[in-house]
Amino acid sequence: MSGPNDPYDPKQVAALSDADLTANVAAGTDAFAAATDLDALSVAHTAHLGSRSPIALARRELGALPPQARADAGRRVNEVLSVLTAAYDERRLVLEKARDERVLVEETVDVTLPTDAVPSGGRHPLTLVQERVADIFVGMGWEVAEGPEIEAAWLNFDALNIPPAHPARETQDTLWLEPPSGGVLLRTHTSPVQIRALLDHGAPCYVVSPGRVYRQEALDATHSPVFHQVEGLAVDEGLTMADLRGTLDLFAESMFGAGIRTRLRPDHYPFTEPSADVDLLCWICHGTSSQPGTEFCSTCRREGWVEWGGSGMIHPVVLASAGVDPDRHTGFAFGIGLERTLMARHDLGDIRDLVEGDVRVTNALGLEA
Amino acid sequence: MRVPMSWLRDYVDLADADPREVADRLTAAGLQVERIDSVGGDIAGVVVAKVLEVEAVAGQKKPIRWVRLSDGTDERQVICGAENFAVGDLVAYARPPATLPGGFEIGARKTYGHISDGMICSGRELGISDDHDGILVLADDLSLGADVVDALSLRDDVLDISVNPDRGYALSVRGVAREAATAYGLAFRDPGKLEVSAVDGAAYDVRIEATDGCRRYLARTVRGLDTAVSSPPWLARRLTLAGMRPISLMVDVTNHVMLDLGQPLHAFDRSRLRGPIVVRWAVAGETLRTLDGVDRALDPRDLVITDDSGPIALAGVMGGAATEIRPETVEVVLEAANFDSDCVSYTARRHRLGSEASRRFERGVDHDLAPSAAEAAISLITSLGAGTSTGSVTDVDRRTPSPVIMLDPGLPGRIAGVNYSDETVAARLGDVGCDVAVGDSAFGVTPPSWRPDLRASVDLVEEVVRLEGYDRLPATVPRTPAGRGLTRPQRLRRRIGRTLADAGYVEVLTSPFVDLASAERLRLDNGDPRTPSVRLANPVSEEEPYLRTTLLPGLFAALARNVGRGMPDIALFETGPVFRAKPDAPAPPALPVGERPSDAQLAALDAALPDQPHRIAAVIAGHRERPGWWGSGRDASWSDVVAAVRAVAEALGVDVAVTADQHPPFHPGRCAAMHVGNRLLGHAGELHPRVVEACNLPARSCAMEISLDLLIAAAPQTLPSPVVSAYPAATIDIAVAVGADVPSGEVADALHAGAGELVESLRLFDVYVGDQTGNGRKSLAFTLRLRAFDRTLTADEVAGIRTAAVAEAGRRHGAELR
Repeated sequence: MSGPNDPYDPKQVAALSDADLTANVAAGTDAFAAATDLDALSVAHTAHLGSRSPIALARRELGALPPQARADAGRRVNEVLSVLTAAYDERRLVLEKARDERVLVEETVDVTLPTDAVPSGGRHPLTLVQERVADIFVGMGWEVAEGPEIEAAWLNFDALNIPPAHPARETQDTLWLEPPSGGVLLRTHTSPVQIRALLDHGAPCYVVSPGRVYRQEALDATHSPVFHQVEGLAVDEGLTMADLRGTLDLFAESMFGAGIRTRLRPDHYPFTEPSADVDLLCWICHGTSSQPGTEFCSTCRREGWVEWGGSGMIHPVVLASAGVDPDRHTGFAFGIGLERTLMARHDLGDIRDLVEGDVRVTNALGLEA
Repeated sequence: MRVPMSWLRDYVDLADADPREVADRLTAAGLQVERIDSVGGDIAGVVVAKVLEVEAVAGQKKPIRWVRLSDGTDERQVICGAENFAVGDLVAYARPPATLPGGFEIGARKTYGHISDGMICSGRELGISDDHDGILVLADDLSLGADVVDALSLRDDVLDISVNPDRGYALSVRGVAREAATAYGLAFRDPGKLEVSAVDGAAYDVRIEATDGCRRYLARTVRGLDTAVSSPPWLARRLTLAGMRPISLMVDVTNHVMLDLGQPLHAFDRSRLRGPIVVRWAVAGETLRTLDGVDRALDPRDLVITDDSGPIALAGVMGGAATEIRPETVEVVLEAANFDSDCVSYTARRHRLGSEASRRFERGVDHDLAPSAAEAAISLITSLGAGTSTGSVTDVDRRTPSPVIMLDPGLPGRIAGVNYSDETVAARLGDVGCDVAVGDSAFGVTPPSWRPDLRASVDLVEEVVRLEGYDRLPATVPRTPAGRGLTRPQRLRRRIGRTLADAGYVEVLTSPFVDLASAERLRLDNGDPRTPSVRLANPVSEEEPYLRTTLLPGLFAALARNVGRGMPDIALFETGPVFRAKPDAPAPPALPVGERPSDAQLAALDAALPDQPHRIAAVIAGHRERPGWWGSGRDASWSDVVAAVRAVAEALGVDVAVTADQHPPFHPGRCAAMHVGNRLLGHAGELHPRVVEACNLPARSCAMEISLDLLIAAAPQTLPSPVVSAYPAATIDIAVAVGADVPSGEVADALHAGAGELVESLRLFDVYVGDQTGNGRKSLAFTLRLRAFDRTLTADEVAGIRTAAVAEAGRRHGAELR
């Protein structure tokens, strides 16, 4: 250990002189201002604010000063430091901004370049419309029922009060499995699913059954041997035709928009009594084109209404065949063609577009949720 | 059924009712008017003119006449090819500028050396009848120059009605008029209630043997038939408007009665009948030449009209050629019968011989109508001077009285959701023609003879509700019990579809019909369960009589179609059932209707059905990533379809194990089998080049097909929550050299097993084959992230894990650390 410090160091340090400090400030601020880029500024920073810069050296000398002088010198050094630092920071911000502007301009890309490296996928519009219908009815508290596409004739016909001699059973209409008299077929509607639902759960029963069905028909612009339906069935105590009407109106509005309601027209089906055809108010002209002197509507052809499906109050024989007491329960049912619904909604003219699997159709229609 | 408004007005005072409104009201009542044809409105400039002079034009191959006409103010001259008129006759003259039906403009033109100033019209040219043998000669009380459209009342509107199977009565003007009268609240004049001659049994000897097939057979005779008398214009015009062709008076009269009342009639040439008329079932081996000249082999289920010579008519369907009315016929036996609808329907279909008569019998003909219908026909013939009646009537009548239906008068309202008063119910049933006996608690309702479809109380309910108006029903929504939402499989199927769509696959719904040769194109082995096994008895196309056993053929066809349409970069998927026959499946039992089958019976129905498992499949071809400014793109490969399977499995939280396999239709060296536990989920990979060739697919097309049912069954109900450690991870890379044929997945498994439970993730990041790997070797580089739950791993621990991992890979696969 060295001897006690002399409390007073007679040496005057040149670096701490006012003149030198002032010179440092001038040199530093000049150097910073003269720097034209961040690299030059960095060099200037090292020279004037770095660890070997005059001001850093001056600062190191502070410790050697007697306490009386140290306070004064420290204040002056700090003033110089803050002036230099401010000058440096100011210049740095200017240069950084300039650099950013330059670099960001240099990095400009063509954002209109294509981004389609991976072709996009999509789901089939018929799948989506089935889900849409299911969601509408699930929202009403109904459930979605499913069943096999190859069915027993009893479930497809007999249980639905379709008599043995009915033309619908003929080979011109129904696709039968071998052997021809075997009583097994490709379902012609999704009604057997509803019979299964009733047999399984009994009443009350509120189910919709979207699905694929088959008819003996050649493929052309408006017919397909394979198509899709959604059928609804409600069986409970006290259900009325007014309930059928209200349910169909709600369905139509959910599917086609506010104000689109349905109209029932008497028709005949073996499985319902009373039976009704379901028309939909034309969603294009809202029925106005049926008035004389209005613009022609190509959707409803001036009818004001478009045929949508069939419906009615479930025939007591059908209820009884499905194990429901027709004296206690009533029910209604309806069936809608989904291709037709879809073609109507999207103004699609050819049913083949839905069955051929052309990706342009799915990509155009398959993105709706 | 085509019904002219003019005909309808004969029975209902619809004087000024707008046809469109009549159509709307009929439609609302259940008679759907498909369209309204307005006729006569497009005829202009045709006037009544008198023939002043007729001069033959010489030197023509056919007779051509040069005719001078007067329209009352001017004289005109026209060329005419007809000869059925003379000086003084009134004719329909199309005076230029005139327009005929169909918008044909008639002007003056030069023909046969003369200027023909317009033309003289035939019945067909005016759309009145089918007559084109000569021109139309008008009644001589018309005034010259009068517009023919007005003078002949040619303006009419024809309602074209689509008649439902339960409304046979609407296949007559009578039936439609009844509905129109009800719809307008007007009186209905029933043309079906005539004064008829008394039954004396002397018209002709008739026996009904097949009582199930024939309820009633009424015969009358016409004598002194003059077949030269032709149908008057009003009759020809009515038939034409109703869509039938006028043929001869006898045929036209029977058709008119059928259209008017709904009762089909048939006329036999009496001189050609041999012995009594017997209605019976045909005997196998019998034949009949029908009016259309076709020889038909009869079936014991065909109901026939016979005489001693054998069958002479197919009952209710078509007459026979042998007893047809001919120009020389003088005596006629007229049949007005009532045949069973099912048996007429069966015979018409079996012989593919629908007729106007069979359409009506199939839907049911009013069984009280025969006497009035025969009377109407005979009075029309006699009034036209074409024959006389003997007055005799034979009526073999096996009718049973209509059953009385007991109806709770509150039932219609309870089903409709409307309060109908008892009076309303009774009045509406009366409108239909029912006889209603009002009792204390129930109505005794006897349906009218023309409504065989009304058999039970619900049938009466429909009548009340439709006449009160479906449009007047309120709209209410039932208060459903709380539902349980979509089922788990339903939700998971949506998830699968979304996952594949998000991965760039486009969903298609392809045809499920395939041919047997599809198995060969897929190179399936004999006995492969995917060999088509469910065959249709009556396929849409004989070329594709089977149902699919795999989704791939449909996807291949869709793939080829898209490529053919100029879209080479294609990824498709489909989900749906396939159909596989169950060997020795029993036939479904015959079950009764109207009562619930037992559970055992229902199980027997299901046992008769083929297996219908649901599957997911995808195909991909062309570029997976297309070339672009970003680079040269990447071709679709086996890895994309394996990734697709992994994506759907991951979406459902199912772990799949991938192993190499050889399985058609895949490339034997590029086929992956996927397992869930020890159950086979399906396969994915590049397609066999020969399959690609046979199915016209782009080279290197890839596909996958897995079981949807198994995937959903394997999906965990709830996913376990991970335990997340906050301690630092240690990440190490391990590169090992193994034999080139060792699957990387197995090396990864070995490293994982060797490294133990501290492995948080293990990922292969490089595969290298080159000079430095040595012959028949490859280098695999993995990165492992290690982490403990309770501590920071030490360098020694990490080193130990690395050693253990490499050791295990070495033990299992001869891996060496590189």
